[in-house]
Amino acid sequence: MDFATVVILDILYSIAVLVLISAGLAVVFGMMRVINLAHGEFMMLGGYATIVSVNAGINIWVAMLVVAPLVVGLVGLAVERLVIRFLYGRLVDTMLATWGLSLFFIGAASMIFGNTTTGISTPVAGFALGAYQINGYNLFIILVATALLVAVYAVLRGTRLGLVARGTMQRPDMASALGYSADRVYMTTFFAGSALAGLAGGVLAPLVGLVPTWGTAYIAKAFITVISGGASVIVGLLSGSVLFGLVSQAFTILFTPVVGEVALLVAAVILLRLLPEGITGRFFRGRL
Amino acid sequence: MAGSQATGTLWVLLAGLVVMFVAPLVVETYTLTLLVIYAMLALSLGLIWGFGGILCFGQTAFFGLGAYTYAIMAINIGESTVPALLGILVPALFAAALGAMMFYGRLSDVYLGVVTLVVTLIFFKFMNSTAGPEYQIGAARLGGFNGIPGFQTLNVPGDPRAYIYDRSLYYVCFLALLIVYVLVRLLLASPFGRIAVAIRENERRVELMGYDARLQKALLFTVGGAIAGLAGTLYASWAEIVTPGMFSLGQSAEIIIWCIVGGLGTLVGPMLGAVLLGYLKFRLGQQSAIDNSLILGLILVVVVLALPRGVLPSLMALWERRRRRLSMRAPRRRGRRPEASDV
Repeated sequence: MDFATVVILDILYSIAVLVLISAGLAVVFGMMRVINLAHGEFMMLGGYATIVSVNAGINIWVAMLVVAPLVVGLVGLAVERLVIRFLYGRLVDTMLATWGLSLFFIGAASMIFGNTTTGISTPVAGFALGAYQINGYNLFIILVATALLVAVYAVLRGTRLGLVARGTMQRPDMASALGYSADRVYMTTFFAGSALAGLAGGVLAPLVGLVPTWGTAYIAKAFITVISGGASVIVGLLSGSVLFGLVSQAFTILFTPVVGEVALLVAAVILLRLLPEGITGRFFRGRL
Repeated sequence: MAGSQATGTLWVLLAGLVVMFVAPLVVETYTLTLLVIYAMLALSLGLIWGFGGILCFGQTAFFGLGAYTYAIMAINIGESTVPALLGILVPALFAAALGAMMFYGRLSDVYLGVVTLVVTLIFFKFMNSTAGPEYQIGAARLGGFNGIPGFQTLNVPGDPRAYIYDRSLYYVCFLALLIVYVLVRLLLASPFGRIAVAIRENERRVELMGYDARLQKALLFTVGGAIAGLAGTLYASWAEIVTPGMFSLGQSAEIIIWCIVGGLGTLVGPMLGAVLLGYLKFRLGQQSAIDNSLILGLILVVVVLALPRGVLPSLMALWERRRRRLSMRAPRRRGRRPEASDV
């Protein structure tokens, strides 16, 4: 019984991590059809923002949940103004330019922070469940991921901002005819996507030793989850995360973590071969 | 048109031969050999991306596979001819299988990118985890993160003790590059190459004319895999060690940067891009003030924004425009000279 709970928690945790690391990418890709390959580096910057502000004496919760998203959101804003906005509608060029940005940020971070590992400790204590020790921070990550999904859904579905954003993505010309600046909507959306990446980086930072190349470990997974999920922001993100979280965790428990990672990748290749439009291209069509 | 292309190829060959003998006077051959291998790798992606329109994010998969195949077989056989051939054949077969899977599944742009990227990552993760003694092929241990050292490097075919190294390895690599270049040029001039370019321009139209675009793309992809495998084989012989780092994302990114900076739709462009950026990286590696990837990243962003066609095609277009302007001005100065269109 305890073992079953532990396994379920593990699976939920790995799904939650996928949701967290892919959310920013899903917003930017789902809404704007832009693939941001610097997403992993945005997370890395969020991690550094958290660690630097914690070391400067700011409360760790504030650092993770407020400072990191804000800092990375502003970086994203600058990136959008300077690079991305010239490349809308050119999918491959945006991928290449953001890949360049990713290298740029890695280089910049190595020059500023050095190649050494930095870290902070997790603010949540673990607790025992029967014979097993549960990491309390994992529960917190599951909580954040859930809140994040609900929040993105609520904003897109329930607020005027979300309505305008969705409308602009569908028909930019019509939106501008109604007086909404498409340019500004794109800018805001990219800001939101970057902030989500920063949040992910901030929340995951206490779990790892942070190095400038940390983001590259996540970009491929996030990229795969989003593309396999397909164009719908919420449903695509959730279905991709659930599928890959299940596969990788199941194989991790049965074999080793490496087999789990490889199984995730193999599953992605098979899935894309069968459903070239992603999961939401076939099922849940037209949902949010 | 075909005539001018043939003379173009001839000029490139001549220039290549001159460079082959002059370059060792300026830069040491050890570095040069690596640059030549990079150029061949860039050529493989320049072919399938620039002429076939297939953006492969994992050209390093074939590069690494070629190197690993060579290293494993060289340890087992002890003579380099068969391993070198297998180092081309195995990546080619793998590319054929992967290409068939992707193109018969009608995957395109982003999805193609994801699949090739993922395949490369699988290799990277797998090779990194093969440290244990149970991962062994014949006498060769895969060695995990540390890679495979100490295998037989290239030798004169038939004589395992006549090693090809240092300067002679450089000449072998350069000649191989020139031969591959000519072969690719011939391929592109053949009906197969013309169809490949046509597919890049408009796949549906080509299919309506009765060609099987899926087969054509898979075959082109295979050729690209074979060339990358050859580059990997030569690299293994140059470095005398193969490591999982050959499969890394950074390496994949670099190949793409070489191609886009040098210029897509040309063959010389990617090769020049590889040599120049490879040399730049080498020089940057010797100082510690500015980080290497910062510069490379900046170059990529600037080129995508400012010169989306790449440096070489942009220069060529500029030169063409200049020449046309000069030839338009010329008749005015000399008074009445028949227009080119009259002749």
